[in-house]
Amino acid sequence: MTPKKRRRLAFAIALVVAGAGAAALVVYALKDNVLYFYSPSDVQTKHIASGVAFRIGGLVEKNSVHHGHGAAVDFVVTDGKARVPVTFDGVLPALFREGQGVVAMGRLNDARVFDASEVLAKHDERYMPPDVVDALKRSGRWKEGQ
Amino acid sequence: MTGEIGQLALCLALALSLVQSVAGLVGLRSMQARAIATSSALGMFVFTVLAFGALEYAFVTSDFSVALVANNSHTLKPMIYKVTGVWGNHEGSMLLWVLVLSIYSAGIAILKRGGEELTSAALGVQGLLAAAFLLFILLTSNPFLRLDPMPFEGAGLNPLLQDRGLAFHPPVLYTGYVGLSATFAYAAAALITGDIDRLWARAARPFMLIAWIALTIGIAGGSWWAYYDLGWGGFWFWDPVENASLMPWLVGTALLHSALATERTGAFRVWTLLLSIMAFSLSLIGTFLVRSGVVTSVHAFASDPARGVFILLILFLAIGGALALFAWRAPKLAGGSAFQPASRETTLLINNVLLVTALAVVFIGTIYPIVLAAMGTRISVGGPYYELFFAPLFLALMIVLPFGPRLNWRRGDLKEALRVLYPAIGAGAVAFVAVFALVSPRTVAGAGSFAVAAWVIGASVVDIVRILRGRAIAVAAFAAALAHAGLGITLMGVAGTTLWRSEALEVLGPGETMHIAGYDLTLDGVTVANGPNYQALRATLEVASGGHTLGTMTPERRMFPAEGQEAVQTAIRTTGFSDLYLALGDDRGHGRWTIRAYVNPLAPFIWFGAGLMALGGLASLWGRVRAMFFARDNAAVAEAA
Repeated sequence: MTPKKRRRLAFAIALVVAGAGAAALVVYALKDNVLYFYSPSDVQTKHIASGVAFRIGGLVEKNSVHHGHGAAVDFVVTDGKARVPVTFDGVLPALFREGQGVVAMGRLNDARVFDASEVLAKHDERYMPPDVVDALKRSGRWKEGQ
Repeated sequence: MTGEIGQLALCLALALSLVQSVAGLVGLRSMQARAIATSSALGMFVFTVLAFGALEYAFVTSDFSVALVANNSHTLKPMIYKVTGVWGNHEGSMLLWVLVLSIYSAGIAILKRGGEELTSAALGVQGLLAAAFLLFILLTSNPFLRLDPMPFEGAGLNPLLQDRGLAFHPPVLYTGYVGLSATFAYAAAALITGDIDRLWARAARPFMLIAWIALTIGIAGGSWWAYYDLGWGGFWFWDPVENASLMPWLVGTALLHSALATERTGAFRVWTLLLSIMAFSLSLIGTFLVRSGVVTSVHAFASDPARGVFILLILFLAIGGALALFAWRAPKLAGGSAFQPASRETTLLINNVLLVTALAVVFIGTIYPIVLAAMGTRISVGGPYYELFFAPLFLALMIVLPFGPRLNWRRGDLKEALRVLYPAIGAGAVAFVAVFALVSPRTVAGAGSFAVAAWVIGASVVDIVRILRGRAIAVAAFAAALAHAGLGITLMGVAGTTLWRSEALEVLGPGETMHIAGYDLTLDGVTVANGPNYQALRATLEVASGGHTLGTMTPERRMFPAEGQEAVQTAIRTTGFSDLYLALGDDRGHGRWTIRAYVNPLAPFIWFGAGLMALGGLASLWGRVRAMFFARDNAAVAEAA
């Protein structure tokens, strides 16, 4: 091997090593920081462990919103098939309504209640979060043009 | 009638853009074709302005026989939002996109930077892009479609978008996104003519600068909007739409720096071309992500799958075509020039490696969920993923940064650079000790961030002092010092708000008080107030600190009856060093309301720093413009960065 070729080979090896290292780092970082999206049915059928962070989406069940002590609020998220109780200590978004779509971020506590750290509602009257549409479609509660 | 004029103007603009692309490419060989390319670029500009003017007229006069106006406007809407409402929807925003593109084409045609042949080829590429997007508008997103019967009243504009600052966010951001098309066109032109040299970098630089300045202002403006309009107290959420604007900015910043080396010594030529292609490709990907409805946000207008597919097609043709051209022609281009390890080129190389790595992190985090969603698994990538990478990447970038301007091209003197930077090292050390000792909670990350920020700002101050004493050449170095200091100031703002923010959430009745970070907030009550096209619930809170009344703050929730939507209006009281930030939550009955309060230390620095970066860009641009008009000022021509 000429010195030039050897240099090139060393460079190529360094590049591959650096690339693999970067990829490993990214995969590792993603693994810990990815939030899965589940519908209430998923939560029931997939037996999600307590303490695992995820996002849940569905409709806010009618007559399920209760204001507790301080800013605390409880409600139930449903997709028609399953229902998951949610507790949240924070400011609900302006468009949070019973019977409307909602996405919450958080984790299940030991009582199987979803402890939300963030609650997002749809942006406007015409728009529904696609995650929620997807969840409703899967449970057969979605009508086109809704 | 205006609708038909607009439609006709769009068709003529399409025809002219096709002529422009053919004539531009033929113009490499023929002077006549070059003249045709120039005049069709100007004609295309005129007709696009005419089409845009027609749509603007329809919005301003509330002509609801135009479907787009009926769906997105309202007679009661304040005039400013009638004017800006034109781009508050998919069709109008695409027309704005083409309008900005035509302005850049006209600029290229008039300025003729880099010589006749390069200009001609660049116009050819610009013509192809314009034709693709005009075709897209006419086939899938025609803004001039009629509505029959004509409705009596319009549907209004999303209240989140009814905001003075946000009204001008799209044009600014588009000036950035589309400005990168000019650089892209110049890069493709260089590949076509097979000639890239220092003159090329000089020709393309003003366009790069304008695009970069606009992107900087646009991103900062968008983040400011998210800060005060969403009521969550944060300034950046790593939302796909935010990422879509950050990606071209990261590559654009890398490009500005690598093109500097190309211009001065001829180094990094091929890499600069690749960055030019990447920057605009990411603009296109951003447009696709944002507009196609693939990601959900206030920006996603389109839900028509045909549009998504069409944009995707444009994206593949433009990016694929450019990369194929690159693969074919780049090996034939002349190589770079050599430099020593201790040289300005090395620091620019490090800058580029770090910025492109940051880009890769954002790109993976943004695309990965979309790819998984296509396979049926819905996930979202959280902020911690990005922060894990951005913190070390940007700290490393900023530790190396001050050496750049102090080292000479090709061969620099590291010891001499360090000697000049002693005051900056001192500033960094003092900042570390002071922050670590005085600010609680005590964190190494916080002290380290401030040390790095002080080091960068200190180096900029050293530079500015040297300029004032006449030891360095003014415009370029001054521009760099301003922009770099801006980055340091933004870092302080980011570190301050992230590490030391206070947050409080309480339910208050009239006369009740909450406490946060030394402030006492007493609710007077919540009243109903009327705006031009909304009804507001307005909370009045008395702010006091240490027994002294400071004034009142009035966070609101606004209901827009025409649109049937609500929006929050936060109240922010700033000292310039810290923000007291209030948002009105929900009604808990009996006159009791949830109030969310934040104290965000150094939050204003984030936007102050961004403004300084943009000013740095403007200073650099000014150096270029001066050089353009006063060619005798050769020192400025050579040195302007």
